[in-house]
Amino acid sequence: MTRNLKEWIDAGGPYIWLNAGAVSVSVIMVAGLLLLIAVHGLGHFWPGPIAGFSYTDENGAVEHVLGEFADREIVPRARLGQADPRIRAEQELVERRLIKTGNRDFLGIDFRWVLGAGMGNVTFPTDVMAVERREWGNLYGYLVAVKRAGKSLVNDTDPWPVLRRQIEETGAVFDTIRHVERDLIGAANYRMERLRLEERGLELNHVDDAQKRARIHGERTGLKVEYERHTGRLVELYARLNEATYVIRLADGSEHELPIAKIVRAYRPNEMPLPGKLGFYALKLWEFMADEPREANTEGGIFPAIFGTVLMVMIMAVLVTPFGVMAAVYLREYAKQGTLTRLIRIAVNNLAGVPSVVYGMFGLGFFVYFLGGSIDAAFFAESLPAPTFGTPGLLWASLTLALLTVPVVIVSTEEGLTRVPRAIREGSLALGATKAETLWRTVLPMTASAMMTGLILAVARAAGEVAPLMLVGVVKLAPSLALDGNAPFLHLDRKFMHLGFHIYDVGFQSPNVEAARPLVYASALLLVFIVVVLNLTAIRIRNRLRQKYRAAEQN
Amino acid sequence: MVAVDPSVVLPDFRSPASARYRRWRGIKDRLTAWVMAIGGIGIILSIVLIAFYLVYVVTPLFRPARMTERIEFTLPGGTGAATLHYALEEQREIGLRVTAAGEALFFALRDGAVLARKSLTGSAPAAITAFSAGDPARGLLAAGMSNGSAILARHAYDVTWPNDVRVISPRLDYPAGKNPISVDAGGRPLRVISAESDDRQTTIAAATDEERLWLVSLVRKRKSPAGKEMETVRTRSKLSVEYPVTYLAVDVDQRELYVADTRGNLYYFDITDKSEPRLVDRVAAVPDSERITALAFLSGGISMLVGDSRGRITQWFPVRDAENEYRLRSARFFSSQTRPISALVPEYFRKGFVASDASGRVGLYHTTAERTVALVQAADGVVERMAIAPRADALLAERPGGRLSVWAVQNPHPEISWRSLWGKVWYESREQPEYIWQSSSASSDFEPKFSLTPLAFGTLKAALYASLFAVPLAIMGAIYTAYFMQPWMRDLVKPTIEIMAALPSVILGFLAGLWFAPFVENHLPGVFLALVSIPVSILAFGSLWAMLPQRLRQRVPEGSEALLLLPVLAVCFAIAVSLSQTVEVMFFGGNMPLWLTREFGITYDQRNSLVVGLAIGFAVIPTIFSISEDAIFGVPKHLTTGSLALGATLWQTMVRVVLLTASPGIFSAVMIGLGRAVGETMIVVMATGNTAVMELNIFQGFRALSANIAVEMPESEVGSTHYRILFLAGLVLFLATFLFNTVAEVVRQRLRAKYSNL
Repeated sequence: MTRNLKEWIDAGGPYIWLNAGAVSVSVIMVAGLLLLIAVHGLGHFWPGPIAGFSYTDENGAVEHVLGEFADREIVPRARLGQADPRIRAEQELVERRLIKTGNRDFLGIDFRWVLGAGMGNVTFPTDVMAVERREWGNLYGYLVAVKRAGKSLVNDTDPWPVLRRQIEETGAVFDTIRHVERDLIGAANYRMERLRLEERGLELNHVDDAQKRARIHGERTGLKVEYERHTGRLVELYARLNEATYVIRLADGSEHELPIAKIVRAYRPNEMPLPGKLGFYALKLWEFMADEPREANTEGGIFPAIFGTVLMVMIMAVLVTPFGVMAAVYLREYAKQGTLTRLIRIAVNNLAGVPSVVYGMFGLGFFVYFLGGSIDAAFFAESLPAPTFGTPGLLWASLTLALLTVPVVIVSTEEGLTRVPRAIREGSLALGATKAETLWRTVLPMTASAMMTGLILAVARAAGEVAPLMLVGVVKLAPSLALDGNAPFLHLDRKFMHLGFHIYDVGFQSPNVEAARPLVYASALLLVFIVVVLNLTAIRIRNRLRQKYRAAEQN
Repeated sequence: MVAVDPSVVLPDFRSPASARYRRWRGIKDRLTAWVMAIGGIGIILSIVLIAFYLVYVVTPLFRPARMTERIEFTLPGGTGAATLHYALEEQREIGLRVTAAGEALFFALRDGAVLARKSLTGSAPAAITAFSAGDPARGLLAAGMSNGSAILARHAYDVTWPNDVRVISPRLDYPAGKNPISVDAGGRPLRVISAESDDRQTTIAAATDEERLWLVSLVRKRKSPAGKEMETVRTRSKLSVEYPVTYLAVDVDQRELYVADTRGNLYYFDITDKSEPRLVDRVAAVPDSERITALAFLSGGISMLVGDSRGRITQWFPVRDAENEYRLRSARFFSSQTRPISALVPEYFRKGFVASDASGRVGLYHTTAERTVALVQAADGVVERMAIAPRADALLAERPGGRLSVWAVQNPHPEISWRSLWGKVWYESREQPEYIWQSSSASSDFEPKFSLTPLAFGTLKAALYASLFAVPLAIMGAIYTAYFMQPWMRDLVKPTIEIMAALPSVILGFLAGLWFAPFVENHLPGVFLALVSIPVSILAFGSLWAMLPQRLRQRVPEGSEALLLLPVLAVCFAIAVSLSQTVEVMFFGGNMPLWLTREFGITYDQRNSLVVGLAIGFAVIPTIFSISEDAIFGVPKHLTTGSLALGATLWQTMVRVVLLTASPGIFSAVMIGLGRAVGETMIVVMATGNTAVMELNIFQGFRALSANIAVEMPESEVGSTHYRILFLAGLVLFLATFLFNTVAEVVRQRLRAKYSNL
């Protein structure tokens, strides 16, 4: 056995094993990271049980606490600071639990650490309910009554079904209000602003056209009437919305009457059966993907961020593909191969390694301030001093990212072009085709998948890039999507939301990081998923392509 | 054989239609060539444009200032009375000349025509014997009279827009009332005066003959705490200095008084309590043989500029010493001029000033940058009076012989010099010269601190810690994957690690900042335990494996070590982390960060370089891994088989043949990895505290160039010095990564050529 060991050492065994370890460590890190994001991100939507227990604080006061367990850790006693009467002297390690107590409007905070030693018996009462609200986060407590216009809607029966019905009804009213406010009044406002700009444009050009003025005036009066009608309807809707209330008893026994209008949904996780929980999970997942954010982005969905990312990446792809391909074709097919093309190739390769924030800076300085400022002065003088294109926006973000990713497309397309066998080109030329025809009919179709690879890699990089976007157009909360029903439908000058920036903003700029954390994990999971799928596709295409050409070259 | 008429199968080659078609094809061909060339060159140029644009934005920083004379005219209001003071209005339309006859003459800067003529002293019967102007931004003028009283006036300008045309009308206000304020009870003429005034209080310092130095304070107060009625409380106190007073200066906040005497001494009084002025420090500001010939506050009222008879201008400011007492220290001096300084005029908002001397030379200076921005010969003789415009874009200089010349000044970025960007600078009120980056502040008298050194240091620190972690791991991984690993595993590992490269850095940053940083803080001993125990356990497991009987070992094919190690390492890490708390209690008093601070004085930040290093390392590993793996894998097979055939072991072949051949490739991999680490932005923004400290301590954070750009760029004003410096930081990053990548690329191309030759 010792001889084995000696042989092992002589043959460099330890080094080989250490090198093997490096691979294992890397793989474990990647897997661990993905697992971490997946567990945290997917766990967010599960309706966790609500625990109730009595808690003795360090002064000996006893209170009742309701909430969800969010985290648990063992810490050395020394980390807790001052001595605590609840911990025995010989106990060096103590247990701490993070409880999501919700009720931010009553407690001031919605997360708190409690000491395991101070916790009494933990129970999971079946009739405790969690209320997801539009403001102030979750509410945990026991339902006491449901009222409409001050009159109780429940007589001795269980108030729970009544509440659920009421939530549904007010929810419908709420949706109508949102439709009126956003779509109808929003459109009216948009047209009103257009009219104002048109009028200002006439003024600036010193056009005194009575007919136009009359038309603008007429349209404006019409819009005002429309606006009045909508606001009148809103008043009525709001009155209906605010009629229904519910009474809830909190953990400390106090009862509060709150408006049902503020409820998104209410549920009793402790009595929910498994299928119910699964349904709830699916519902929450859908909400996450398809809904608007609430409460400074810490609750609700991330639809605008997904939408903004996709739209920006699509515009970028439209810009980057033709130009990248053109540059590659020029470099490989038309330019005279020599020192200059070699230098250009090195430069293009290097530009892929230039920090993205530098591109962002260039985008801000050149596109936004210089190009955008000039465009504003030339075409949008009527809305100055408010900038139209002279401010960060969708177009500039897409352009900046196109510039950032164009080296990827060039390099990938060039690789594809190099792999097209000479024989194919020469065959085409020999049959009398012109160079352009050879290019269009044979070479480019054969390079299609290489271009695709480049494009996918570019898209994957653009989807995950944040630093340049912070400078050229991303905002934490865009008031409206860049694509809507108001002509010209696609608003390239608007600012937009972005998944990656959303993660940064909610995770680091939000006042209530603890509450936002699960949502950030979920967003991160989505972003990782998108990027990984895109990359895997690119790798697959590339490998298939290589095999295909290996076959073509051998034939 | 039957001859086939070609026209049966092919269209007639000579027909007009065919010729037209051929011509059309030819046009299309040429068109494509043109489009491709224009598009291709265009796109390549536009990428190159980035570099040029960065340079274009940065260059104005280093352009010298320009002073050009615009016009010269005879003194507005005539040469009868001597000039006491000049001032300019913000739009550079109107100038003010105050004469010894007590007249304030507002004149057009275009041609010197007098626009308004106002009497400064009003109906006061006495003559002006002393005069001074306060902080330029407030426009206060103080006149001391022959009857021992003083009058304070303020020049101000109203801008109106009748018919869309800008009209500026000057006016004089009297902040302390039109009646003269009595300073010297004995009615002796005031010889030297200085004053400041704001809404609440007015302070006048004045010296008379017989060496009396008075400090008069008028404070507006409510008569009763709740009442609305105001009253003015007046105090007067006497200060004493040894020699006759030559200059006085009250600071803009009315808390400090500087006094210069005939012997070249500078006194610094604390006058926060007006009834009890306190002499804080006294220094000999010039050598015995020289005299102080000019004295002025730098904007902000913290530094004092002292011009002397040698032509030297020295900047003094109070600095707290070891006993917590303020002492006057001279931070720097300028000796570009050699004749006695005749006038010192500070800029309104920046830390720059203008000085003129007896030979008629005028110098433009900036203190922070320690830079003589421009030096021109403005007159043949002494220039006694000057004024600078509020935006520092125009200058008035009175020439001997009653001529006034108007200069246009182009000096957008005086605060930048090589020294202020990269060197240690002694900023106002700091104890010593330091490297500081502090670009913005709430107050306007703030001295911007634009040292890029701490930021570059932060970037290098990030790259250092990242490469400490990533380089060994990535290269070792590459060696194993390329050379020892089973092919099927290699086909899995390579894409996995490539995907690692694609993970958005915002996600790594988020995890590093919100998950890993608190984790490391809570499990610090565990993290170090893991760092040590992972290699140890690899070796232990490997040797155990080697000692297993041959029969058992052969069941597992060679090249599966990495697979075998996966569970071992996972368990090892889990054990290390779970032991963390116990170890912490046993050896570190239950709190290792606190223990580090207590025992070694090491500051522990939660978001520190260890966390960032690991996170950036994670981002860089795939780059280094992938390229060095390619280099190692590409080593021609006949080299290795030859070595093995000669009896070398696998490892010997690896070290002596493969690594040697592939080393340029590995080098370029490391360079590209470093390039990425240097430019990494989001991880640094999110996982460090972003404080610009210059400590190599692994438990402290830093502020990197890239993060600084991302954080400060959106708030930076276009075209300002700050904006351009951020672009300079970007350019530095651009050049650094470009350099790294070019070196790597060239090395790689050489290597490729070498492989194909082998």
